[in-house]
Amino acid sequence: MDNEELISRLKPIVAVYAQDKVALESMNPETDFIKDLKINSANLVDVILDVEEAFDIEIDNQSMEKMLTVQASIDIIKHKIGLK
Amino acid sequence: MASRVVITGMGVVAPNGVGLSDFRTAVRAGKSGIRFDPQLEKLQFSCHIAGKPQLDEDLIARYFSALELRNFNSSGILYGVIAGMDAWLDAGLTPNTTEEPYWDYGMIFGAGTSGIDRFREAIYKIDEQQTRRLGSTVVVQTMNSGVSAYLSGKLGLGNQVYSNSSACCTGTESLLMCYERVKSGQASIMLSGATSDSGPYIWGGFDAMKVCTFKNNDTPEQGSRPMSASASGFVPASGAGAFVVESLEHAQARGARIYAEILGGHSNSGGQRGAGSMTAPNPAAVQRCITSALDNAQLGAADVDVINGHLTATAMDGLEIRNWSKALGRSGKNFPYINSLKGMVGHCLSAAGSIECVAAVLELSEGFIFPNINCEDLHPEVLECIDLDCVPQELIEREFKTLIKASFGFGDVNACIVFKKYHDGQ
Repeated sequence: MDNEELISRLKPIVAVYAQDKVALESMNPETDFIKDLKINSANLVDVILDVEEAFDIEIDNQSMEKMLTVQASIDIIKHKIGLK
Repeated sequence: MASRVVITGMGVVAPNGVGLSDFRTAVRAGKSGIRFDPQLEKLQFSCHIAGKPQLDEDLIARYFSALELRNFNSSGILYGVIAGMDAWLDAGLTPNTTEEPYWDYGMIFGAGTSGIDRFREAIYKIDEQQTRRLGSTVVVQTMNSGVSAYLSGKLGLGNQVYSNSSACCTGTESLLMCYERVKSGQASIMLSGATSDSGPYIWGGFDAMKVCTFKNNDTPEQGSRPMSASASGFVPASGAGAFVVESLEHAQARGARIYAEILGGHSNSGGQRGAGSMTAPNPAAVQRCITSALDNAQLGAADVDVINGHLTATAMDGLEIRNWSKALGRSGKNFPYINSLKGMVGHCLSAAGSIECVAAVLELSEGFIFPNINCEDLHPEVLECIDLDCVPQELIEREFKTLIKASFGFGDVNACIVFKKYHDGQ
């Protein structure tokens, strides 16, 4: 799965929680979930649970802490898929 | 100088009507909101009937965003938010669209429990070692102050935001507490209200105590029978009621419509002493609560035109009538009119006081006395104290000046509030 495909799968997941819909449209690897998309920090755990379900992976606590940007999420998802 | 305090907005989510307009029509007509509840039958409750507000998805979507509704399972917060938002808009107020909180506007919105269905889901997940999969919304839906947390965020309130809890007194107590805060000048507007969750997990404990009726499973609309000789227990119910409580000065300055004035009230406890216990009221405390409320309102017993009772349709109704009669020193034909909304909606538990006060304030404001239903066979204990005509069974169209309302709750707690008709500065 390349970055572009991952972003396109990630987008509908974060869309549910993103308050800034304009920033969502131009989502790219540098996009920050809280700063750019204005996702409520409490909802980050919901994003992660939805990612786990969509990709059928389990994200450990250490990885969770890092999942604050699109690029970090892509790296973690790729890594977890690779482990399967 | 203490402010005069008025009610300028109301909202209600009741088993027999959602929204002020439908509720008014239902209450005037004596329409029952009690229905057969297949879930209670399936779970082998003794009581198979209940009073649940009827809500649809379109209505809910007007009050909650799609994100808020994800994994949302808290009927109490749902009812409370709808009633609270309705009251706010009914008062001609708007939700705060700025970044500066409304420092002078606050809220006391009570609840007995919160999100009990969500709590159940969470408990199952935790026991299945799935705590990490709970998501982010369990706490806010299950904390007792969830309803005021949701509402204050939607409205942008910056004064005190609180959730009181005192069993079946909660709603009436909330109104009294808001009255005190506005009267003392600490806020110019307080949103008052109370809500109660729906469903078997809130009602089961009462069913097990055998305080709910099991004799009316085939006749739900006749099931809730306050003051009746054939009353056999209360019908469990749920919903929410809400009020905008405002200083008269503030209301006049913004040209708000005024429903009624709150003259005063009192809350107390029987201390679970004497005849009082965890579940039974101490008559001395009930009578004292009523007389203290009148004293606080600077009225005499002779001024009371209408009583809105607690009157749940248990064996306690006769005692309640006797307490009113003794406290007011009035009996027979000299007793005021008295009614109980529970005949129509059942016992809405923590929300009962709020929903019943909405009906009471509508009566006072619009000049009617709603009919008591299901008490065509008045209990002999009631008739020992008061005349048959004091318990209207048909709608009465009549202007009157003063209404007193009381609620009593487990823990031997009482709350009593006095409303006065308001017109043109009088």
